[in-house]
Amino acid sequence: MQRDPPSSQVKIRRFRLNGRMRDVLVADSTLLVETLRETFGLTGTKQGCDGGECGACTVLIDGKPRLACLTRTEECEGRDVETIEGLAKNGRMSRLQRAFHERLGTQCGYCTPGMIMAAEGLLRRNPMPDAAAIRAALAGNLCRCTGYVKIIEAVEEAARQAP
Amino acid sequence: MEVLPRFEVVRPSTVAAAIAAHQGGQASRFVAGGTDLMVNLRHGLGTPERLIDLRHIPALCTIATENGGMTIGAAVTLAEILAHPEIRHRYPALATAAGAVGAPAHREAATIGGNLCLDTRCVFYNRSAWAREANGFCLKHRGETCHVAPTGQRCHAAFSGDLAPALLVYGATIEIAGEASLRRVPLSDLYAEDGAAHLRLAPNELLTRIYLPPDPWPALYAKARARGAIDFPLAGVAVALRAEAGEVVGLRAALTGTNPRPFLLAGVEALHGERLDESWLDRLGKLVQKQVSPMRTTLLAAQYRRRVASALARRLAAALGGMTAEGGAAA
Repeated sequence: MQRDPPSSQVKIRRFRLNGRMRDVLVADSTLLVETLRETFGLTGTKQGCDGGECGACTVLIDGKPRLACLTRTEECEGRDVETIEGLAKNGRMSRLQRAFHERLGTQCGYCTPGMIMAAEGLLRRNPMPDAAAIRAALAGNLCRCTGYVKIIEAVEEAARQAP
Repeated sequence: MEVLPRFEVVRPSTVAAAIAAHQGGQASRFVAGGTDLMVNLRHGLGTPERLIDLRHIPALCTIATENGGMTIGAAVTLAEILAHPEIRHRYPALATAAGAVGAPAHREAATIGGNLCLDTRCVFYNRSAWAREANGFCLKHRGETCHVAPTGQRCHAAFSGDLAPALLVYGATIEIAGEASLRRVPLSDLYAEDGAAHLRLAPNELLTRIYLPPDPWPALYAKARARGAIDFPLAGVAVALRAEAGEVVGLRAALTGTNPRPFLLAGVEALHGERLDESWLDRLGKLVQKQVSPMRTTLLAAQYRRRVASALARRLAAALGGMTAEGGAAA
């Protein structure tokens, strides 16, 4: 932390992070992306534009996609935060992770955690989305490598697999 | 990375407590979704000491049907509006406008009140602190010159919320709460034609509710933007139209993205009582071209935005009047 806020602005906030209750001492003005990456070391959540334009920092809060660069950590108090690190279970990739791997939905990989979290939010709400629904759900996630076709195919593939 | 200024966040549970928590001036700011405010604060556009989070006020988070119309709390999210069956069915232009904001992750956070009170935008304002400083700042923030119109003394930053035009054509009214006051006014009264002071709200006044009247006219909303998501409107248009036997008996049109405020198109009465045909659409298009005043506040040319606003108005009116789609600029 490069700042030293007054103690009145620093509080212990408790929330669920990838299934575990965590307490974190954090300033009110700290963003979730900073807390995830710098306090918890969960660097899977990427910092792209820092302005809500690229989707690289997409996480799920209470199961819905949110941008960690626009969300203050204090907003997460009492809520359920999930990051890309929470998807693999017992060393096995989730169906979306596997589909992105097998369908070549990843090139440089920088957008991938955000893409997968946005797609995860979609599949929980709509287990069998059509291509239009997938495009709409990923509309806020920029990829500068693939041209998106492989990404959409990967999400379609994941939807075909039972969870 | 540009970090946020230091501030504390308070979480009042009533409107009265939220207003009492405001210290006046710019030291306190109300916040709901924060999808615009957080970006601006990171760019050094304001250094509040206190943010007052409105999403812990239950009264501001509900959608209700009342007296045949609907009441929407200011802290209702755009995702909630988009998913609301009654809004989608009865006020489709509002649902379309909500769905045209940002991307799904923004809409989970962003609120209707935030979109109506959105700060105005300009390429010389919405940029990093060092870029603005290198340019001598601008009239809207810390500077003395408007780089868009350097000889003038007015800020031309454009209002860029998507919901306002849809609400304007539905005839929405709003409730504004102050320290010792509660007033209900037409939505158009919220705005002034000044990019640096476009909201007629005292710093500690709060937009609390939006009322949609019963019996809405058929209406549509469309926006032009460079990217299919995220982007603010280069021009956004809502049209409400009632036609009987091919004749227009009621018309309202409202615009966003082109002026410092969203506004209802004036002079539409001249188009009442006439057949909806190509020449009628031309007159509507000209009326729009005359009243919008896009300036060089976006990366795309002002003249393009003037023409696209006109084309969108024509297209929406044609669709509402049951005409087949006509050619024109793409949205």
